[in-house]
Amino acid sequence: MSEAADTGQVDLYAAKINKFKLQDMVFHKTTLLFAFVVLVALAGILATLTIEAMPALKSFGPSFLWANVWSVPDDQYGALIAIYGTLVTSAIALLIAVPVSFGIALFLTETCPVWLRRPLGTAIELLAGVPSIVYGIWGLFVFVPLFAKHVQPMLQKVLGDVPVVGGWFAGPPIGIGILTAGIVLSLMVIPFIASVMRDVFDTVPPVLKESSYGMGCTTWEVVWNIVLPYTRVGVIGGIMLGLGRALGETMAVTFVIGNANRIVGSLFAPGTSIASTLANEFGEADPGLHISSLFALGLVLFVITFVVLAISRWLIKRGVAKQGI
Amino acid sequence: MTLYSRRLLTNRIGIALSMIAMVFGLAALLWILWTLFYNGFSALSWDFFTQDTPAPGTEGGGLRNAIVGSLMIVVVTTLVSTPIGILAGIYLAEYGATSRFAAVTRFVTDIMLSAPSIVVGLFVYALMVATLGGFSGWAGSVALSLIAIPVVVRTTENMLLLVPISLREAAFAVGAPRWQVSLKVTLRAVKAGVLTGVLLAIARVTGETAPLLFTALNNQFYSTDMSQPMGNLPVVIFQFAMSPYDNWVSLAWGGALLIALLVLAINIGARVIFHQKDNF
Repeated sequence: MSEAADTGQVDLYAAKINKFKLQDMVFHKTTLLFAFVVLVALAGILATLTIEAMPALKSFGPSFLWANVWSVPDDQYGALIAIYGTLVTSAIALLIAVPVSFGIALFLTETCPVWLRRPLGTAIELLAGVPSIVYGIWGLFVFVPLFAKHVQPMLQKVLGDVPVVGGWFAGPPIGIGILTAGIVLSLMVIPFIASVMRDVFDTVPPVLKESSYGMGCTTWEVVWNIVLPYTRVGVIGGIMLGLGRALGETMAVTFVIGNANRIVGSLFAPGTSIASTLANEFGEADPGLHISSLFALGLVLFVITFVVLAISRWLIKRGVAKQGI
Repeated sequence: MTLYSRRLLTNRIGIALSMIAMVFGLAALLWILWTLFYNGFSALSWDFFTQDTPAPGTEGGGLRNAIVGSLMIVVVTTLVSTPIGILAGIYLAEYGATSRFAAVTRFVTDIMLSAPSIVVGLFVYALMVATLGGFSGWAGSVALSLIAIPVVVRTTENMLLLVPISLREAAFAVGAPRWQVSLKVTLRAVKAGVLTGVLLAIARVTGETAPLLFTALNNQFYSTDMSQPMGNLPVVIFQFAMSPYDNWVSLAWGGALLIALLVLAINIGARVIFHQKDNF
C-alpha cells in the first residue's frame, strides 16, 4: 500500500472525526437551548407577574399585603383576606393529611403483606392523579350536603360552648366554607405526602430496623424511634411538598370555599383563597387596578409556593441522599 | 399495668390507627369514583358525544365541542412538550453532572412540577391573550405545555441516569459520537420509561382546569379553530357544575366521569408500560 493512500485514509478519518465533533457540538447546544427554555419560562412567569402587578403595588404600597379590604366598587384592594384563606385552608389540610399519610406510609412499609404493597401503593398514587376538578365537583355535590347535615351540627354541639375553640365553629352550618375547603384539600394532598413518606421510609437501612427488632422492639417503637428520626428531614420535605400543593390548589377549593371576600373568625364561614379569587374574578376583571391587584395576588402566591417548594426539594434531597450508613 | 403490656398496647393502637389511615385513603378513592359513576354514568349517551353544549334553559345537549376542543388542545400540548422535554432531559443527563446551569435548571424544573397551575394561566394570559388580542386554543396549549414540560424533563433525565455506564462505554468504544450514543443507545434503551413520562404528562394536563380559564376560555359552539376561544372539558365542567340548570349539572358529572376515567386509564397504562420492560 502506498504512502499516499495511507495519508488519504488518515485524512478521511480526520474529516470524519471533525464531522462528529461538529455534530456533537450542535447536539450539545441544541439540548442546552431546550433546557434554557425551561429556565426562561420560570423567569418569564416571575417577570410578567411583577410587571403586571406594578400598578397595584405602586398604588397601595407594601400595605397591599396586610390590607383587610377587597372592594371592586371602591377600587380598593388588599391581599390579607385571600392570604388568610389560603393559609388557614392549607393548615387544616396539613393537620388532617400529615397523620393520615404517616399511617399510610407506616402501613405500606411495615405491616402490609408484601404482595399487597404494590397494588395498595399504586391505588394511593392513582388518588394523586385524579384531576382536582373532580375533587371539586365531588366536594360540592356530595361532601358539602353531608357535612352540613351531619358533621357541622355535631361539631357545634360538642365544641360550640368551649371558649375560643367554640368561635371557630360558630355560624350557620351551610356546608361550604373554610373548613370544608381544608378537608377537601387534605384528601388531595394525602397521596403526595404519603408517597414521599413511603419512599423515605424505604431508605432506612434494614440493619437498623432489624437490630431494634432483635432487641425486642415493637413495630410502633421501631417506626417511632428508629425510622422517623432517621428520615426526619425527608418527612418534613414531603410535608412541605404537600403544603406547596395545598397553597396553590385552585379548582378543589373554588368549588367549596364559598368565595366571600371577608375574614370571619369562624371556620364554618365562607372565605376565599388566592387561587379561588383569581379563578372567580380574573375572567371578568376590569383593566386597571383590579386586574393588576389580581396579578399581585398571583405574584404573592407564586413567591410563597416557590419558597415552600424550594425548601421541600432541598429537604427531600437531603433525606433521600442519606442512604447507607 | 406492666411496662410490657403498655408497650404492646401502644403498638396495637399505633398499628390499628395506621390501618385505619390506609382504609381511609382507599375509601376516599372508591367513594369519589363511586359518586362519579353514580351521577355521571346516566349522562353518558349518544347525545353526550354528538351534541354541542346546550344554551341556557334548553333541554338535552352534549359535550361534543368540549371533547373535541380538549382533545385538540392536549394533542398540541403533547406535540410541543414532548420534544422540548426530552431534549432538555437529555441535556441534564448527558451534560448536567457538573454544570451549574444544569443544577439551576433541575431546581427550576422541580419547582415547576408543583407550582400553582393558575399562576401559569396568568402568565400566558399576559404573554399571549392580552398582547395577541384574545383568548385562543393556542394560548391554552402553551399554558398546558408549561405544566407538561417539567414532567417530561424529570422522567427523561431520571430514566437516562439509570442506563448502566458500561452500555455508554461500549458505544463510545466502537467510535460512536456523543449524539449517536445518546439518541441511538441510551435514549433507545429507556424508551419505555420516557414514554411513561410523556403519558404521565398527558394525564396531568388533561384534567387541568385553572390554566385554561384565562387562556382557552370556553366556546359554546363547535370550533376547531385554535386561534379562537375553544371549548374544553375542564372549564365546561366548572361552569356547568356551578350553574342552576339540572341538565348542565348532569353534563358536568358526565364530563367529570369521562375525564377521571381517561386520566386513570392513562396513569394505569403508563405504569403497565413501565413495568413491562425491566428498566435496569
